[in-house]
Amino acid sequence: MPSSDDSSGELTSGTRRAAAQPPRASGPPEAGPDPVHQQSQEALHEAEEAVVAGGIGARFRALLGLDSPDFSWTKVLAKQGILLAFVIAMVGFSLASDRFLSFDNFSSVLRQSSIIGIMALGVTIVVISGNLDLSVGSMLSFATILVVDLHDKIGPAPAMAVALVAALACGAINGTLVGVLRLNSLIVTLGMLSAIQGFTLIYSGGQNADITNQSDTWFAFFGRGEIAGVAVPILLFLGLAIILEWVLHGTTFGRRVFAIGSKASAAEYSGINRVKTVFFSYLISAFCVWCAAVVMGSRVMGSQNTVGKGYELLVLAAIIVGGASLLGGSGKISKTVIGVLLLGFIQNGLLLLGFSYWTQWLVTWVVIIVAVWLDVGARRGRLLSPYA
Amino acid sequence: MDKFKSFFLEQPIWAFLIAITVFFSLFAPNFFDIQNFENILIQASTLGIIALGMTLVMINGNIDLSVGAILAFCAVVMVDAQSWPIFAQLGDWAILGAFFMAILAGMALGGLNGFLVWKTGVNAFIVTLGAMIGIRGLVFVYTQEQSLFAMNFLFSDIGMSSVPLGPLAVPTIAILFLVLVALVHLLLTRTVHGRNTFAVGGNPEAAVNAGIRVGPHMFVNYLILGGLTGLAGVTLSSQMGAATPNLGRDYELWVITGVVLGGTKLAGGYGSILRSFAGILSIAILRNGMNMMQVQAFYVYVILGGILIAVLILDKQLSSRKVRLSEQV
Amino acid sequence: MIQPAEPSKTPVLSVEGVSKSFPGVKALDGVSFEVRPGEVMALVGENGAGKSTLMKVIDGIYQPEEGSVSIGGETVALQSPQDAKRRGIAMIHQELSLVEDLSVAENLFLGELPRKSLGRVDWKKLYADSRRLLDRLNCQFSPRALIRNLTVAHKQLVEIARALVYETRVVIFDEPTTSLTDRERLLLFEIIRDLRSQGVGIVYISHKMDEIFELSDRITVLRDGTPQGVLETAETDEDSVVERMIGRKVSHAARTDFRSGEDVVLQVSDLWSRGAFREVSFELRSGEILGFYGLIGSGRTEILEAIFGLRKCYRGEIRVAGERLDKHNPEEAIARGIALIPEDRKENGLALSLACDRNLGMTVMNQWGNLAHPSREKRLFEEYREKLSIKAPGPSYPVDNLSGGNQQKVVIGKWLATEPRILLVDEPTRGIDVGSKAQIHQLLRDLAAEGYAIIVVSSEMPEIIRVSDRVLSLYEGRIVSELVGEEISEESVGRAITGVGELASTAHDSNTSPES
Repeated sequence: MPSSDDSSGELTSGTRRAAAQPPRASGPPEAGPDPVHQQSQEALHEAEEAVVAGGIGARFRALLGLDSPDFSWTKVLAKQGILLAFVIAMVGFSLASDRFLSFDNFSSVLRQSSIIGIMALGVTIVVISGNLDLSVGSMLSFATILVVDLHDKIGPAPAMAVALVAALACGAINGTLVGVLRLNSLIVTLGMLSAIQGFTLIYSGGQNADITNQSDTWFAFFGRGEIAGVAVPILLFLGLAIILEWVLHGTTFGRRVFAIGSKASAAEYSGINRVKTVFFSYLISAFCVWCAAVVMGSRVMGSQNTVGKGYELLVLAAIIVGGASLLGGSGKISKTVIGVLLLGFIQNGLLLLGFSYWTQWLVTWVVIIVAVWLDVGARRGRLLSPYA
Repeated sequence: MDKFKSFFLEQPIWAFLIAITVFFSLFAPNFFDIQNFENILIQASTLGIIALGMTLVMINGNIDLSVGAILAFCAVVMVDAQSWPIFAQLGDWAILGAFFMAILAGMALGGLNGFLVWKTGVNAFIVTLGAMIGIRGLVFVYTQEQSLFAMNFLFSDIGMSSVPLGPLAVPTIAILFLVLVALVHLLLTRTVHGRNTFAVGGNPEAAVNAGIRVGPHMFVNYLILGGLTGLAGVTLSSQMGAATPNLGRDYELWVITGVVLGGTKLAGGYGSILRSFAGILSIAILRNGMNMMQVQAFYVYVILGGILIAVLILDKQLSSRKVRLSEQV
Repeated sequence: MIQPAEPSKTPVLSVEGVSKSFPGVKALDGVSFEVRPGEVMALVGENGAGKSTLMKVIDGIYQPEEGSVSIGGETVALQSPQDAKRRGIAMIHQELSLVEDLSVAENLFLGELPRKSLGRVDWKKLYADSRRLLDRLNCQFSPRALIRNLTVAHKQLVEIARALVYETRVVIFDEPTTSLTDRERLLLFEIIRDLRSQGVGIVYISHKMDEIFELSDRITVLRDGTPQGVLETAETDEDSVVERMIGRKVSHAARTDFRSGEDVVLQVSDLWSRGAFREVSFELRSGEILGFYGLIGSGRTEILEAIFGLRKCYRGEIRVAGERLDKHNPEEAIARGIALIPEDRKENGLALSLACDRNLGMTVMNQWGNLAHPSREKRLFEEYREKLSIKAPGPSYPVDNLSGGNQQKVVIGKWLATEPRILLVDEPTRGIDVGSKAQIHQLLRDLAAEGYAIIVVSSEMPEIIRVSDRVLSLYEGRIVSELVGEEISEESVGRAITGVGELASTAHDSNTSPES
C-alpha cells in the first residue's frame, strides 16, 4: 500500500507527484519540522486565547481571521465572501431603490424565498454528508399534488399526513439506495427525479388539482397566515433553520454527518454507522420537502403536476452560493440561509430596479461561479487552476 | 458462447435494447415498421446528438448541465438570424448563414464552460449548473420571452426532408444523426485526441505527467459538445419551424440518463459512443413503443428512473463479483 | 565527500551542489550526486532526508536554487518531467501512473501517440514500437491488452518499458518492490541488471538494506538534506550505511525488556476469510505486544480488519475476554474494548477537513448519547495533547494542517479515548519522520507496560523486532511461525517467511492462475 504524506516530508513511498500540480509549482513545504508552520500555530493559539478573553471586537477579528499569522484579504474574502456579497448587495439595492429597504418588501422576499429555503435546509445536510439530492423538485410536486388533491377528499390533516408518508417513503428509497446499497447519489436521485415525476403524473392523471373552498380551511394558515405580523412560511423557514442548525452542531447525528462527509471510510473505521446516518439525512431532506409542499399547497391552494420542476437545481445553487462543498464535510445551515436570501434579494432588487425577472438568472450565474471560484482559489492558494 | 455472455454482461445496454425492441415488436401494433424506426431515429436525434458530445465530456470526468439552455439559445439564434440584415441579400442562403451563427453560438457557450472549468478549476457540475441558469436567462433576454417563428418555409422543409436511399426515403435528420454517431465514434476510438480523452478522465495525474495539456483538452471537448448541442438546436428548430424560450428544459437530465444507461462512468475514464447511442435509442424506443401501446406517457418516467437505478445496481453487482473472482486464492 | 569521477567513466547524470528550500525548511543543502553509465547507484536516507526532493529536481519537477544538473556532461535546466524524459531520464514511480482503460501500447506512448493525418493514431507504428519495447524486457503479454487486466507486476513492467521509450540514459526506481511478490521481485532485479549491462545508469531508492546490498554498486546517503558521502557497496556493510543515515551508532544491545503478558484477552480460533487468510488461530494476552510480520498480501492487515468487524469471515470465531463477538461490526468491537489504528491514516484514520477535537471525539461519540458534547471534546483534546505531546495550537485547529507525526498521534489519541484493552496497530510509523518514529515505538512499549494488549502489524522488520514480545510470521494468508522473546531476531523472522515461502509457493503454483 503506497501511502502519501505531503506534510510530514518525504515518504518511504517517495516521489509521488502532487496530483494535477503543475510541474513547476514550488509545491507545499516538504519537510516535517517546519518552523514557520509552528510559529504560525503558536500565533494562532494565542489568537484563540485572545478571542476567549476579548469581547465582541476580538470575536469579530477572529471571524475575519485578522490575527491569524497567515492572514490575507483573499482568505477573508473566501471565508466570509458570501456575507460580504450579501451586505454589498443589500447596501447597493437600498441606495438604488427607495422601495427596497422596507419591512413589507423584506417580508415579501422572505416569503418568496421560503419554499426554496426550506428545501435547501434539508439538502444542505445531505450535501454535507457528501451526497446529492436531485429528487427534491419532483418530490415537491408529488407532495403538493397529494396534499392539495386530498384536502377536499379526506380533509386537511389526513391529507398532510398522507403527503408526509409519501415524502418520507421517497426519502427512504433514496436513503436505502445511497446508504445501504452505496450507489452513486447523483444518478440514484436523478433516477428518482424521473420516477417520482412519473408517479405524480400517474396519480393526477395529468390534471392539476385545486382546493375548492379556499377561504374556509385552516390549511390556509401555513401559506397565508401570520403570527405577530410575520408570515408563517417565514417563521417555518427560520424555525426549521434553527432546529437543523442545532441538529448539525448540537447532536451526535450532526457530528456523524460531518465525519462521513469529510471522510466516509475514516468515519466507518471509527465505528460510525454510515448506513443509518446517510439514511436519516435523506429522511430529513424529504421531511423538509414535505414542509415546503404544505406551504406551497396552502399558499397557491392548487397545484400543477410540475410545480417543483427545476427546483432541485435552484436549491443546489443556493447551497453552493452559501459555500457548502459538493464533496461533503463542509457547509453551514446559516450560510445556506444567507445563500437563499442573497439570491432572493438579488431577484427582488433587480425587479425593483426595473429589470426583467430573467436578469436574476444571469446574475445568479455570475454569483455561483465567482463564489465557488474564490473559495476554491483561496484553498489552493492561487486563483487560476493548475491545469497547464 | 462465453464471449457472447461476457459481452452482454459488460455491456448490458445492448441486451436491454434488443429486449425492448423484441417486446414492442410483439406487443405494440405498428411498432415493427420501417417508417416507425425512422421516426424513432428522428425522435432520438436531438438528445442523441447532444449525447455524443456529452459522452466525451463525461469520459473526461466532467459533466454539462447547461446543454438544454444552450440548445434553446442556438435554436433561437438559428430562427432569428435568418432575418438578420447582414444575411438579407443571401435569399435562401440566409439559412446557411444562420446555421453557422447557431453552431458558432453553441461553440462559444460550450467553450465558455470549458474555459471556466479549465481556468478556475471549479467543479464542472457547479460551473455548468450556473451556466444552465444563466444561459436560460440569455435566451429570455434575447427573445424577451417570445417564441420565434421561421419566416422562410424552406427551413422547415429541410427539417422534414428525406434522402432517397434505394427504395427508402430516409429522413435527412436521421442520416445526419447516424453520420455524426460514426464520426464521433471514430474521433473517440481512432484519434489521438480521443485516446487522450480516456487518459484525462481515467488518470488525470498520469495525463499531466505524460505532457497532455489537460485544461485545453477539456476545453476542446466542451467546444465539441457546444457545437453538437448547437446542431441539435438547429435540427429541433427546423422540425418545428420555430424556437421557444423554454425549449430544451430537462434535456440535460435526459441526455445524462441516456449516457449513463450506456455505461459511461461519472468518475470518468470509461465510456463509448456506440453504447451512449444505444442508451439514447432505448429511451426513444421506450417512449415510442409505449405510445404505440397507448400507455400513458407518464409511465415512461417511472420506467426510466427505475432502469437508471437498476443499471447502477447491476453495475455494482458485476464489479463486486469481478473483485471476488480475482480475490479467490 | 564525493569521490571524483574517473575520467573513463564520465557520469551520465551528475548533480552538483544543489540546494532547494521551501518556506521554512531547507530540503536540500548543497547536495551532489552522480550516476555513471552501467552502474546501480542506491540512494538511501530516512523519510524527510531529501530523497524525494532530489529526485524531483532530477525529474524536472522542481528547479534548484543553487547548483546544477548535468546529463552526459552537459549542464541542463530541466523544466518538466517531459523535458527530463526527452533527455533520457526516466522515473519509475512507486504509485503506478497508468490509465486502466487504455491498452498497454497506448500507455507506453501516453501523451505522444504516433499521429497520421487528421489526428489519427498510427496504430501500426504504435503496436510495432510497443512490441519492440516489451521484447526488450521479455514481456509476453500483448501490447493490445488492457492495463485493467494485467497483474501488478505486469503493470510495473509496463512502467519500466515506458521509461525506455526514449533513448534512456538513467532510470530511477523509487521503492519498486513494495507491492511485488518474491518471484516478481527477482524478475525485476534481472531486468535492472540487464539495463545496467546495456550501459544505462540506474538510481535505486529503497529502505530495504538487503535489496540495496544485493543490487547496487555504490550507495549515496542523505540525511536532513545534506550528503553523507558515497560508499562502495562492496567495501561497506549495513551498519555503516545506517549509521550515516541516522547520524549515530547503531546499538546492537539485545533487548531484555520482553514481557510475557498476563490474562488472555483475545482469542482467535480457526478464522477464515475469502481471498485473504485461512486457519488463523492465536491468543493475545494483556501487557504484551504481538508482532505480525509478513509481506503485502500475506493477510496481516486483513486479520486486523476481521477482528475489528470490517471484514467478513465465513468460518471461525473471535472471543474477547472469553466472550464471543457476534455482530462483527466496528461498533461492537469498540464497545468490547478493541481499537484499530489503521495503516492509511489519511484514508481511514482521520477526517482531514475537521478539527482536532472533532476527530478525537469521533470514536467515543457513540457512548455519549444523542447530544454532542463540545466541552468533552475539548477536554479530550487537552488530555491527549498533553499525554501524547501533540503539537497543535488549539482544539479547533484542522488536522489537515498538522505534520504527519502529529496526525498519527491524533489517530492514536482518538483510539485511546475509547479506553480499549486491545490495540490493533497497522503500520504505526509509515511515512513518519525518524524522531516521531522512536516516540511512537516508546509509546507502544509504555502502553503495553500499562496492561494494554497490542498487536502490531509491520512490513519493516526492525520495527517488529524493536517492539514485539512475540512475533507471528504470515505467509499467503497463514501463520507460518511463532517466535517468543529472545528467539526474535532479524535472522529468525526472515527465515520464518522465506523458508516456508519457497515451500508454500511451489505448492501454491499448481492450482492457481497467475492473475492476482
